[in-house]
Amino acid sequence: MATVETREIRKFFGDIAAVNGINLLTRDGEFLVLLGPSGCGKSTLLRMIAGFEKPTDGELLIGGTVVNDLPPRARKIAMVFQSYALYPHMTVFKNIAFPLKAQRMSKALIPQKVDWAASLFGIGHLLARKPRELSGGERQRVALARALVREPSVFLLDEPLSNLDAQLRASARDELQQFQRRIGTTTIYVTHDQVEAMGLGDRIVVMKAGTVRQIGTPQEIYAEPADTFVAGFVGSPPMNMVRHRDYTLGFRPENFHPKILNGNTKVVGFRFSVTRVEYLGADRLIYGTLIGDFSDQKVIARLPATVTVKIEPATSYDFTVPESELKFFDTATELRIAPRPV
Amino acid sequence: MKSPVPIAPAAQSSVAEQKRGFAILDSERWLGPLLIGPAVIYIFLLVGVPFFMALYYSVSNTTTGGGTMGFVGLRNFTAVIGTPKFQTALKNTIVFGLISQAVILVLSNALALALQHEFPGRRLIRFLILLPWVAPISIGTIAWLWIFDSTYSVLNWMLRLAGLIHGQGYMWLGLPHLAMGSVIAVHVWRQLPLATVILLAGHSSIPQDIHDAAAVDGAGFWRHFFQITLPLILPISLVALLFGLIFTFTDMVIIYNLTRGGPFDTTQVLASLAFYTGIAGGDLAEGAAIALFLFPLLLAVALGFLIIAHRSEVT
Repeated sequence: MATVETREIRKFFGDIAAVNGINLLTRDGEFLVLLGPSGCGKSTLLRMIAGFEKPTDGELLIGGTVVNDLPPRARKIAMVFQSYALYPHMTVFKNIAFPLKAQRMSKALIPQKVDWAASLFGIGHLLARKPRELSGGERQRVALARALVREPSVFLLDEPLSNLDAQLRASARDELQQFQRRIGTTTIYVTHDQVEAMGLGDRIVVMKAGTVRQIGTPQEIYAEPADTFVAGFVGSPPMNMVRHRDYTLGFRPENFHPKILNGNTKVVGFRFSVTRVEYLGADRLIYGTLIGDFSDQKVIARLPATVTVKIEPATSYDFTVPESELKFFDTATELRIAPRPV
Repeated sequence: MKSPVPIAPAAQSSVAEQKRGFAILDSERWLGPLLIGPAVIYIFLLVGVPFFMALYYSVSNTTTGGGTMGFVGLRNFTAVIGTPKFQTALKNTIVFGLISQAVILVLSNALALALQHEFPGRRLIRFLILLPWVAPISIGTIAWLWIFDSTYSVLNWMLRLAGLIHGQGYMWLGLPHLAMGSVIAVHVWRQLPLATVILLAGHSSIPQDIHDAAAVDGAGFWRHFFQITLPLILPISLVALLFGLIFTFTDMVIIYNLTRGGPFDTTQVLASLAFYTGIAGGDLAEGAAIALFLFPLLLAVALGFLIIAHRSEVT
């Protein structure tokens, strides 16, 4: 068990900064998710922690020791790749046994350890197969078993669920979290999928253009975004952003409701001209523009199916947002600012 | 609804003509044979006919002088197998083939591994390594002839400069073992580029993730190479080896230019012996018998390799 720490870590490819000064400290046994759009540097950061890329600048610590100059095999880490990277010419047994052999574990112990890891993921019956004879979900389990088998101090996972179909992904997410809770190993998980990040992470690190924009629990990231990027990136549909005077006003679609629904709370009112209504089963998404003070800015409202108020396209309605749900951002710096009267 | 615009009769007929022209090209029954035809004819005339002629020659008593073409059964084979000349050539062929291919496999693997990594001047090095393959082989061999020259040998001059030898230096092509070594060296020089390029392709076909996984799983250089990289490039290595072996067993340009099979037939291989017997010596039938001697063996080797390559699937 160990923590991972980065101090002002940077990685340049030529003149381009893939990772530009990141300070990060995991807690022991934490499930930390690196979240960001593609090209934000999250994979590069993970590859630096793994030791595949050398940082241009800054320090990397695992378990309190600087590991900048250690090769991957000396870092006591295990990694699961997006492609799973199973050795195609080896059976499942040999795949899982490979890290143990590389550690020079005694030959008598290896089968026991392999059986133990395989049973954790329910793949004991697949040990004699080659990777190409496995389904996507089975391959993913083999990759996890291979990573787990030598009990690393840190787990690195690089989008391990993105090659699974949607249904399998949901159950794999669940299993992954349970498994991580059980073994309690510090885990760093890279993804561009905010649903995965919200569902799995103890804390989420939101990254953009090689820098960290916010670190926090899923609740903090969602409810109190640090800037307009985080506000827009997390949540689907994203937070509505409305320019107003010298600042930007943000509110979540699920807090943007017809006036009659927000009864007693203190609210801010908007005139909302509806252009389209999308029925999604559990929700209704209502697309339109604000009129009046906030002229012609596009926003989305999300009403649960339990709200049966009639909303028609090409009609204007009075909508409101509770004052407590309004977030304020500086238009120039995009950073969160203190609430002010609207 | 509007009625379709009428087409002028002239235009209509030209469309029909065009259609007929395309009809052949559109029909799979004709297009396929049409496209593959030239290749089939080419292979039949330039490979098939000579091959079957050679088959017949080897069981006949024909000579370059022409005239008789009588069937003599396997007499050519039985006559030639017993001769010391043939036995030496057979032994030389095997030594030449196995040693050169072993050296090529090791060197091309090392080169391909080295050329995988980014370093300044990598493109230039890759280009230079390809040169022996693209240069005309006769010219290359003649350059080697000068390098190995008994009087003016550049090699001896360099060795002398380095203080490794004194006095006259070696007769590279004049002493049996040195001559064989020299011929093998030139052959390696000649074939290394192709093998390297084939193995480079093999190496680049391994996903980086696999290498990363091995690194993070704790494999050091040798374990990584022998347990991960080598098994994954084995199928393509076998293809390189197969090409190399067949090329080695059938080629005689280097030997013809460097040693003419000498000294005392110590570098004579089956291909060159077949040439000297059949063309230079005029005994076409016996030459054909020598040339065809290895054919069943090569066929078996080729089949074996292809089966192994097919079995060791990589995905």
